[in-house]
Amino acid sequence: MADQISDFYTLPLDDWIEYFVKDWLVPNFRPVFQAIQWPIDQVLGGLEAFLLWLPYPVFVVVLPLLAWRVAGGGVALFTLLSLLFIDLLGIWQETMVTLAMILTAVTFCVLVGVPLGILAARSDLFASLIRPVLDIMQTIPPFVYLVPIVMLFGVGIVPGVIATIIFALPPVIRLTNLGIRQVQAELVEAGLAFGSTRRQLLFEIQIPLALRTIMTGLNQTLMLSLSMVVIAALIGAGGLGLTVFTGLGRLDIGRATLGGIGIVLLAIMLDRITQALGEGRQAKRPGVKQSLSRLFKGLFQGSRAYEDQR
Amino acid sequence: MSSKHAGNDEKLRVERLYKVFGDDPDDTIRRVEAGHSKKQIYADTGSVAAVADVSFGVQEGEIFVVMGLSGSGKSTLIRCLNRLIEPTRGSIRIDGEEIVGLDAEALRRLRREKLSMVFQHFALFPHKTVGENVEYGLKIRGLPAQERRDKALRSLEQVGLEAYADVPPDNLSGGMQQRVGLARGLAVDPDLMLMDEPFSALDPLIRRDMQDELLELQQELRMTIVFITHDLHEALRLGDRIAIMKDGRFVQLGSPQEIVAQPADDYVAAFTRDVDRARVFRARTLRRDAEALSADASVAAARVQLTRLERSALYVVDDYDRPQGVVRREALEANGLSSLDEALVREFPTADAEQELVELYSACAAGLPVALLDDEGRLTGIVEPLEVFQLLGGNGGGDDADGASSAGNTAGRPGVTAGSLEMRRPDHG
Repeated sequence: MADQISDFYTLPLDDWIEYFVKDWLVPNFRPVFQAIQWPIDQVLGGLEAFLLWLPYPVFVVVLPLLAWRVAGGGVALFTLLSLLFIDLLGIWQETMVTLAMILTAVTFCVLVGVPLGILAARSDLFASLIRPVLDIMQTIPPFVYLVPIVMLFGVGIVPGVIATIIFALPPVIRLTNLGIRQVQAELVEAGLAFGSTRRQLLFEIQIPLALRTIMTGLNQTLMLSLSMVVIAALIGAGGLGLTVFTGLGRLDIGRATLGGIGIVLLAIMLDRITQALGEGRQAKRPGVKQSLSRLFKGLFQGSRAYEDQR
Repeated sequence: MSSKHAGNDEKLRVERLYKVFGDDPDDTIRRVEAGHSKKQIYADTGSVAAVADVSFGVQEGEIFVVMGLSGSGKSTLIRCLNRLIEPTRGSIRIDGEEIVGLDAEALRRLRREKLSMVFQHFALFPHKTVGENVEYGLKIRGLPAQERRDKALRSLEQVGLEAYADVPPDNLSGGMQQRVGLARGLAVDPDLMLMDEPFSALDPLIRRDMQDELLELQQELRMTIVFITHDLHEALRLGDRIAIMKDGRFVQLGSPQEIVAQPADDYVAAFTRDVDRARVFRARTLRRDAEALSADASVAAARVQLTRLERSALYVVDDYDRPQGVVRREALEANGLSSLDEALVREFPTADAEQELVELYSACAAGLPVALLDDEGRLTGIVEPLEVFQLLGGNGGGDDADGASSAGNTAGRPGVTAGSLEMRRPDHG
């Protein structure tokens, strides 16, 4: 008895995809994908080397100061305690590797996402084209694209970052688009009425006024990329994800929890700081010079305090 | 009669302008031309003829007011003038240059060099300081930082806000914010200023202040302004000419007096019914050229002049345009007059051009034309008493156009008490 189509025929879509990826995409376009990998590799390598080179005491002073500057005393204290605690747990190295990964992924998300968002805000056609793509990126489980990524990019930390970028990119695009479209019509009219070019309109009016929304997108992207840390470890990315992953493999609950704590603390710190960055942008606008001088003053006092402790 | 708009230095000319929102504009325009109403066209086609066959001209130095209720198409119309909204059909010429169909670059140049706009909700950029807001149009033109800052401060000074240049606009009150909007419009020194309900969002007292301030600025700068409002009182106070707009069309276009005295239809009449004319109109709305005689003119020449102008009296001025007195027709017609001086009445009523008509009642009671003087005491024009009473009386004033020639016996009119005559002796230094 046959009452389903599949009793007669099943579409060999899986075979087609396999053929498409393995026998066409990989052999023909491998150099292209290698080229894509290159800038990511450079940024990641640089960041990782820098973070690992940065002496621990400096880090423990600078980040809380930064947090204090943009987000106030509470967040600064939390940042300080978190950094001390992470070191206390003995997962400092892994945390720095993960931080480098995250920052690299977010950097490329911004470099790609903000221009795409601007494009989407300017062109309804482009917006309607990119929307389903973003929907797919946000709903497709990352495991589905891990395999093709390994085929195209190999294993290691860079493919891990690429998977993270794919996963974390949509919010930046969506919120850049939204932020620019939400700028009051009368303000855009005012800009145009005085004869602004599209570029002047964008940089003088639209982007500054959308900045808050764009920063929210950046914050979301950051959070999403942190949630990819463990999955990226599946294809060879190191850091805290690897700690969790190996703990999982050996049923070593303790190790896995340590990794988890590291990720959560990192997430909260980065979230609070970037959120405050977005909000502070419009409320008060101290000049760059002023901020720098305050930061250095703070740094100086901070390092003095550190020396006093010793 | 009025020489104010006599010159043909027309700044803006709009011919048969249409703006249609809908799928088949040609069809909609045909329906408009066939005389279908806006409502009917919408019901039949789903299209809206927001601006339907509008034509007008604006003279240099004139405030042209478009008055209409919401949905009348007035905001669409003003946005067509700088093509923030693309007109569907018709012609718009600024200084003779056709702007419909200009390419993007030419349009930008036009907006930079000739136009500026003031918005209903101010549209100040919240991320820029007051000074930076005012500088915006200049920055867009590529002016160096120092020069545009100086210019911005100068135009902030014109609106009395030079002390607030470094404050974010959100810290200012509504009236102050719109002053910044005005300063931003002034800073670029536009040929044509578009003002889209600029005072509508302000509360009534502030609105009146702003109107006064605009008039003061206008006396000094003589800008060409297209001003949109939904408030007839505002239109009457500010407008040199007024267009009443309804359902995308102009139902009447005329001077404030014409609108009030001879409403074109019931729609306009419904607006003008409640107008307190004595407070709406100012002396300048009834100003006529003085056609004054010089002190050494002959009696014969004065008679000829009086007859030609069909006036009852004429002022006599010295070499500096300061009035010496007034001669009546009756006095001149007396025999045996050897010089103008003998017939001269040296006590005459005076007023300022910006005074409201309610303040002119007493001055009119003498039956002499009221002399309008500027700050230096020079004669800038006259107001005929009869015209004041006709305008205030409101019934058919316009029909009796040459009533001014028989303005001798107004003292008998009700409501005028001769006892409160405001007389003034001219002093001859």
